[in-house]
Amino acid sequence: MPEYTGYEGRSLEFLKSNNIVVGDSVKILSDLTYSGIIMPRYEHSDNMHIVLKLNSGYNVGLEIEKIKKVEKNEITRKIIEKKGKIEPTQGLPKILLLSTGGTIASKIDYRTGAVTPILTADELNASVPELAKIANIDAQVLFSEYSENIMPEHWLAVAKKINEFEKSDYSGIIIAHGTDTMHYTSSFLSFSLAGFPIPIVLVGSQRSSDRASSDAALNLIGATKFITTSNPKGVYVVMHLDESDNTIACHLGTRVRKNHTSKRGAFQTIGGSPAFIIAENQIQENFSGDYFKIKEYQPKIKLDTKVALVKYHPGYDPNLLNQIVEMGYRGIIFEGTGLGHIGKTMYESVKKAKGKGIFLGMTSQCIDGRVRMTVYESGRDLLNLGIIPLENMIPEVALVKAMWVIGNYHDSEEIKKIMLQNVASELSD
Amino acid sequence: MSEFSINDVGIKVGLEIHQQLATNKKLFCGCTPIETEEYSIKFQRKLRAAKSELGEYDPAALFEKSKSKSILYFANPESSCLVEQDEEPPHELDVDAKRISLIIASALKSKIFSEIYPMRKTVVDGSNTTGFQRTMLISQGGYLEVDGSKIGIQSICLEEDAAKILGDEGSVRKFGLERLGVPLVEIATEPFEANPKHIKKIALALGRILRSTKKVKRGLGSIRQDVNVSIKDGGGVVIEVKGVQQLEQLEKVVEYEAKRQHGLLKISKKLQGIEWSHNKNEDRKITTEQFKKCKSKIIQNAIKKNQEIVTIVFKNMRGMFGYSPYEGIRLGKEVAELIRFFGLGGVFHSDELPNYGIELNDIENLKEFLKIKNNAAFLILAVPFEMIDIIVDQIISRIYHIRNDGIPIDTRLATQDGETKFLRPRPGAARMYPETDIPPIIISKNELELAQKNIPKSWDESIKELQSIYEINLQLAEQIFDSKYIELFENIIKNTNVNPTFVASILCSTITNLERSGLDSSLLKNDEIRKTFEILEQKKIAKESIEIIFKNIMAGKSDNVEDAMNKMSIETVDETDLEKIIQKIVDENEQLVKNQKERSIGPLMGIAMKELRGKVSGETVNKLLLKNIQKKL
Repeated sequence: MPEYTGYEGRSLEFLKSNNIVVGDSVKILSDLTYSGIIMPRYEHSDNMHIVLKLNSGYNVGLEIEKIKKVEKNEITRKIIEKKGKIEPTQGLPKILLLSTGGTIASKIDYRTGAVTPILTADELNASVPELAKIANIDAQVLFSEYSENIMPEHWLAVAKKINEFEKSDYSGIIIAHGTDTMHYTSSFLSFSLAGFPIPIVLVGSQRSSDRASSDAALNLIGATKFITTSNPKGVYVVMHLDESDNTIACHLGTRVRKNHTSKRGAFQTIGGSPAFIIAENQIQENFSGDYFKIKEYQPKIKLDTKVALVKYHPGYDPNLLNQIVEMGYRGIIFEGTGLGHIGKTMYESVKKAKGKGIFLGMTSQCIDGRVRMTVYESGRDLLNLGIIPLENMIPEVALVKAMWVIGNYHDSEEIKKIMLQNVASELSD
Repeated sequence: MSEFSINDVGIKVGLEIHQQLATNKKLFCGCTPIETEEYSIKFQRKLRAAKSELGEYDPAALFEKSKSKSILYFANPESSCLVEQDEEPPHELDVDAKRISLIIASALKSKIFSEIYPMRKTVVDGSNTTGFQRTMLISQGGYLEVDGSKIGIQSICLEEDAAKILGDEGSVRKFGLERLGVPLVEIATEPFEANPKHIKKIALALGRILRSTKKVKRGLGSIRQDVNVSIKDGGGVVIEVKGVQQLEQLEKVVEYEAKRQHGLLKISKKLQGIEWSHNKNEDRKITTEQFKKCKSKIIQNAIKKNQEIVTIVFKNMRGMFGYSPYEGIRLGKEVAELIRFFGLGGVFHSDELPNYGIELNDIENLKEFLKIKNNAAFLILAVPFEMIDIIVDQIISRIYHIRNDGIPIDTRLATQDGETKFLRPRPGAARMYPETDIPPIIISKNELELAQKNIPKSWDESIKELQSIYEINLQLAEQIFDSKYIELFENIIKNTNVNPTFVASILCSTITNLERSGLDSSLLKNDEIRKTFEILEQKKIAKESIEIIFKNIMAGKSDNVEDAMNKMSIETVDETDLEKIIQKIVDENEQLVKNQKERSIGPLMGIAMKELRGKVSGETVNKLLLKNIQKKL
């Protein structure tokens, strides 16, 4: 930890002139006498206070102006984390745990006072001692990013990393990931690593691991149990089924979506039950069949980010669509209304896009259900304009799939064919 | 055994008062705390100990975790939301709660911090869905004057109340969420030297300062006091005793706790003279086989439940477990409390055996089997196999601690009969973690000035004021002020012309008397009380009817005044009807009136009131009777 984390201006000067740093044990004479440890300061705070952790454990801000004297104690207790290390047990299956960040690996960040993903995969593993009884877990950190900062290049990095373990003695791979964009990543891995021989399981948490009520531990345990007992090929998202700490849901990575901002049971399989339900020592199977439609592993770890997801709404300005076309985009996925519609005002712009050879796909902002563009006249108009209905593919999944398809294929007919072909259970009956 | 004298041990006491605030909202969400027994939401959780900011585990949290209970929560959507379920981050700090806590801190002349950090205080017994209590240190320092002497204030915190425990079922603990998150102000005093009587007075004075703000909840459970007890030779050990419900209990608890601490020091001294250490491999053995034929019911039940009977041998310790420096203080009892804490019943020590169905030959067999020497002591306990080491380690470390360091640092619980029992190890600074979901709270100069301006009058001043405004006597003023009806009282007087002394005595004595007879005052809502006095003012009922109405409502027979009046056939009689009734009674008893003259009013009153009770006041009936009697003569 830097010696003056978060301190600026007057408060920084104050620490320096008194020859104290963060972590020093001090006695401060102000309106009363306060004893404690100097703590880091958050970046968005003023520079009139210093933060002290009192011996009672409470943190308080003391006004510099009122401080009469600072005495440094001889014995200083530096803030050093004790780290746990887990020894492997012979005979247990091996699992690789890759950490990408997210709430699951988060604890307090002294820069802002909020949480930040800084736990290492090892710490995460050590914080759930039950895991060591089920499997021997090797942990690696890929990066420490929140969901919103995970970009397509991160997807590529994760896929390339996993690809290295095509032939390994691991029973499965767990990826700790932020929850907000977890289903984008699970979709990309599903397409780019189609046929991968061992299960890939994304795990996140809605409450950070630094709190006693965190859902992280149980989600990790659930993922580990799933890998060691069921072991089917595929890409899955493993999270709480609901608000209770007894049942874990395992969703297909291309049929899942985060449908609540904060609940533990935020993830739902769209249009069906979770593929597997893990309760205590039982696994209930709701999904039979193959996740990947090809048998052999055929990695295609490429993508083209020039694909836009357009959510149509009343009053949508067609010029926005024209802009996308002019920016050289190669694919547009519409999130249309109801059965898959966009208004008449859009037709001219759609024609323009089609004329440029851009792939145009239709999904529905209803999220659940199938697009059906032959029922109403506007749907038929849109079909004539060349928009391809994408069945019941979830809009975000369609976006990722289009990036992947366009990144790997160039012929427009082939792009259309593969967009409609079930690659990794993204289309369901 | 020696006689314990509280004056010899140099007792120091600190008080911690927890007072619910009357904001009618939770501290971090807008839910209204309503008591309920209907729960439409139910969910199950497990809590895990998490590391503190300094990378350590809190001892109390680890200890609680070793009990590994699963928790079932029950919620009602009216009194809790996703925040209480820990399914949504906290909303902003409630401004009313903040304002009231600043007023209280100002009233106690405490130094308020200008930057306040909400913290998470680890509590993994399940009483908080998050596994922590949100708490913030508002101020430190200040004092309270009681009988001319100053009692120092250590700290004032604003925090969330915990969930209400509904009961245990096997390894499942049940909680209701309606109380979780209710704002509490915690005031801790500096330790002071005082006799137990004086302590009660100080607690009362603190409670009165809080009530003076008129912003705190009243009634059962809305104020709780913990007491910290230490003795002169205790080596600085302060024992926190929780759950003292009534002030009457306080005296006894303090005395018992001082006795226990002093007794432990004597036990410690004696232990130091004994050569003993515990060898993990030799001194603890599973002896279930040896007790298969034992006649003790406790042992047999335990074996039926698949528990193991474990014997721990203590070399050279014979007599130590039964040694009682003061009445009721023994090492054996300290161990038994610890075992009970884990939800286990059976522990016997060699100094009390043979007894409880364990016979001499059981003991002889055991001694022979384990080759226990005559000067050794042993403990026999029933434990599930997987918990043997956890529990035996706890026992051994407690005995080591008593020998080497004296009084173990516990958090203890007050019992109904004024003793204390082990609750959990005392949590340390490691239990505190910054609440990352809420930014620091800034207290502006304006807020401080406003709080200063709103400091309530002292209790004495408030009482004097009540007396002079309402012309009520001192006793009634004190009673009404300490009761939960003070605001209702002022409201009724403002809006009606009913005599204040009468209103106060109904609110203080009538309702209290009905309560003592076993009726429930919580069924009698303030609105109904207010309505009753309005009806009285309109002369629709007589003063005597009030008790009848309240009794009916408090017995759960009616839920409002009109209903109670109907059920008890209380109706009003208009003046002409009344005149007719009285005249009729006098006419029918003409002979009596002629014979007894004015004295006939006695028997005639009886006849009249039979018909008119609750409808017309006795005073009016009396006047009218007299008038009619005099007419006849």
